[in-house]
Amino acid sequence: MNQQSATAGWEVVIGLEIHAQLATRSKIFSGSATAYGAAPNSQANLVDLGYPGVLPVLNREAVRMAVKFGLATGSTVARRSVFARKNYFYPDLPKGYQISQYELPIVATGTLDILLEDGSTKTIGITRAHLEEDAGKSTHEGLGAASGIDLNRAGTPLLEIVSEPDLRSAKEAVAYLKKVHTLVRYLEICDGNMQEGSFRCDANVSVRRFGAEKFGTRCEIKNVNSFRYVEKAINYEVARQIDVIEGGGTIVQETRLYDAAKDETRSMRSKEEANDYRYFPDPDLLPVELGQDFIDAVRATLPELPDEKANRFCADYGLSRYDALVLTASRELADYYEAVVRASGGAPAAKLAANWVMGDFSGALNRDGVDVADARVPADALAGLLARIQDDTISGKIAKEVFEAMWADGASADAVIEAKGLKQITDTGAIEAAIRAVMEANPKQLEEYRSGKDRLFGFFVGQAMKATQGKANPAQLNDLLKRLLAP
Amino acid sequence: MSLHTLSIAELSAGLARKDYSAVELAQHFLDRISSSNPALNAYITVTAERALADARAADAALAAGTAGRLTGIPVAQKDIFCTDGIRTTCGSRMLDNFISPYDATVVERLSSAGTVLLGKTNMDEFAMGSSNETSWYGPVRNPWDLSKVPGGSSGGSAAVVAARLAPVATGTDTGGSIRQPAALVGISGIKPTYGRVSRYGMIAFASSLDQAGIMAPSAEDCALFLQAIAGFDPRDSTSVDRPVPDYAAELSTPVKGLRIGILKEFFERGLDGVTGALVNAALEQYRALGAELVEVSCPNLPLSVPTYYVVAPAECSSNLSRFDGVRFGHRCENPRDLIDLYKRSRGEGFGAEVKRRIMTGTYVLSAGYYDAYYLKAQKIRSLITADFKAAFEKVDLLIGPTSPTPAFGLGAKVDDPITMYLNDIYTIGANLAGLPAMSIPCGFDGHLPVGVQLIGPHFGESRMLSAAHAYQSVTDFHRRMPAAYV
Repeated sequence: MNQQSATAGWEVVIGLEIHAQLATRSKIFSGSATAYGAAPNSQANLVDLGYPGVLPVLNREAVRMAVKFGLATGSTVARRSVFARKNYFYPDLPKGYQISQYELPIVATGTLDILLEDGSTKTIGITRAHLEEDAGKSTHEGLGAASGIDLNRAGTPLLEIVSEPDLRSAKEAVAYLKKVHTLVRYLEICDGNMQEGSFRCDANVSVRRFGAEKFGTRCEIKNVNSFRYVEKAINYEVARQIDVIEGGGTIVQETRLYDAAKDETRSMRSKEEANDYRYFPDPDLLPVELGQDFIDAVRATLPELPDEKANRFCADYGLSRYDALVLTASRELADYYEAVVRASGGAPAAKLAANWVMGDFSGALNRDGVDVADARVPADALAGLLARIQDDTISGKIAKEVFEAMWADGASADAVIEAKGLKQITDTGAIEAAIRAVMEANPKQLEEYRSGKDRLFGFFVGQAMKATQGKANPAQLNDLLKRLLAP
Repeated sequence: MSLHTLSIAELSAGLARKDYSAVELAQHFLDRISSSNPALNAYITVTAERALADARAADAALAAGTAGRLTGIPVAQKDIFCTDGIRTTCGSRMLDNFISPYDATVVERLSSAGTVLLGKTNMDEFAMGSSNETSWYGPVRNPWDLSKVPGGSSGGSAAVVAARLAPVATGTDTGGSIRQPAALVGISGIKPTYGRVSRYGMIAFASSLDQAGIMAPSAEDCALFLQAIAGFDPRDSTSVDRPVPDYAAELSTPVKGLRIGILKEFFERGLDGVTGALVNAALEQYRALGAELVEVSCPNLPLSVPTYYVVAPAECSSNLSRFDGVRFGHRCENPRDLIDLYKRSRGEGFGAEVKRRIMTGTYVLSAGYYDAYYLKAQKIRSLITADFKAAFEKVDLLIGPTSPTPAFGLGAKVDDPITMYLNDIYTIGANLAGLPAMSIPCGFDGHLPVGVQLIGPHFGESRMLSAAHAYQSVTDFHRRMPAAYV
């Protein structure tokens, strides 16, 4: 359906609740490991199993990570925050309650800037971010009529990041989600792996007529775990809500589930069926009291943040805003880029390096599904290739071929150029000889060109390039052709 | 042989002198348990083999010269403390089949001190009760009169010490569960400051109130055992990292000059005639010992029972959610689906009093009622704590009755929860404020013992124990034993 026309006259209001799994080695309230993919229940100790008599002990590392996030988003880091119990029964929730934060979260009222499609930036409010433990997983596959429970994930630390309802389209929601995704990875507090569920979100979506003062009734779409699905789920939900209202119906506040296979959201439970979670402060845990010293020490560990880095790339390397944002979208890519620039002699090579990192290099990463760290062309190797472009040893076109060869077997640019004989021909005599051979082989075209058919120039460029296996220096070839073809 | 009449210090000295071995000592108590426990029903589980193994290890340590002060001393554990490889029931059908895979910190510390585990004592189900009648394993009987209750919830521990089926026992106290039964069976019982003893491995009833303590004939016995279990535990976030004094060494601190506050609210109303008279006699004894008696007031204290019966059920309703039939404990037969599994496992596994409190607690935490009940109760709790704090600016200790009456008849109050709850009227305040408190015997109402209660400021255990010890140095109520068990 055409989104543009379907939403005409309607304002979309979206708030996101993002769950970022904190990259601590052990769980938030127990010493169990948090590694993904271990055999079921091999990473669940008595605390995780909710055995009688066991008690939670807060992992300070999780607190440090939450504070890091708070400081990076200009939020208020609470000097005193309180863990609360969220009570409900479910087999994958061993204690019958989830330890979370309710009235007094560790982080409150921050902001994050996102870039809109028209190139302007928009500030999105962060209501709060609080620490909580994840639940386990119920599995129903391969167990016949029975259900299995895997408590490896139970007790994994999560930072729930709640935005203000400031987002006005699915695209803005995705831009914000990506921005948070970038930030948590910069801060090294979350691996951002969406497939493994380390980074996921719930979207609160409502619509209202433009100009309306009150928000419409919202629906919450649960647990969407890819950027693409977030966009599709929101777009579906917006269209659904408008259809309902325009059809004379009303929106019921409810929780909905996105079905990616059918590209639709389905009702999960209504507000009436919602649990009364009976939140109350967890008496097993003391309030988290943070001193200024602790907060200052965490502040000292903050890396250069994405926005700061992008600004610096614009200023120092003369990059466009767009290029700077693409290159700083991940800390690894930005570091790689800077390493290439450094090895290429600095700012003069910055634009060329940017084109290559964003172009062939990123393309190869995506194509082969590898991370920057595992790339087969390390930064100094790419710099070696760029040097050969800059000193006219090879053309940009040949360089692409050299890059692919480097990517395939990890060889240096010089080795590839040498082995394949790709060194550019800059010997005027050799180029002239090749041109003269082409002219002799194509007398008809030569005559037509000389009688005024200018566009045949390209034909001679192509033929001469072919004759030199593409190795002729393009500028020299051009100059010589012009001179020799002249009547 | 009358080893059961000896104090901990005497037993320790006897073991060191090799007057008897730890195995002989353990066997002596095991024999007494065999003959007397059937009528008292004070132990749920007797760990005879474990006791003899512990005792052999103790004898080896004694022979090797590596023994500590408590090596070889038999002890009974309330069945609320998890014991590795030993059934831990918490007095509930829910945990009838539960073999704990780990030791509570209290158990671990007493084991490493070389004590000998005799068994696990009966208790009100999940420590909810004041008479030991809510236990799935049946009521415990008071050794002074088998028709009477021993108090609760640590009724089994109280009875085994009173009948000398163990020289000492652990207990837990959420609203008076150490002090009230101690008073009703004529022994000493101390509930330390909240955070003094680790709660790790102690099955939770109301986490912000629960505290482990010691029940034994004398304050001196309590001091020796408290020493072994007190101290910071990194596994309990609410335990306090603060040095533990040498309680035994400080026992002889004189009472002279001690300022003891008489809590006005404790003496105003509802104090049974004989109990009141005996408590007043104890005050006079302290005056005679050189204490200065000062009347003080905690005006919000009369609100402690209703406050407690909001806070404790609220916490228990959440704490007991883990008993769901999924991972351990009772599971109903052939559940139809998940909801049926929950409903029937919990419906069958929990008794009436536990259900009553879960329902009360669920109600006071519900949307729309939270502010009116839970939040208000927490505010009153703060006021009560502030009252005590102000009182302790004027005095060193507070004194009052432990229980409004001596032991009552089995079945006398089971159908009237409110009357039952009022049993804790004098003890709950210390739990709400997290204060250390103890009950010591101060006389008899007919053939039934009566206790007097001391309450100290936070971490004031040492002063409280020495005051109790001074009183016991000039009285012998704590040495008296029910005739049938001498």
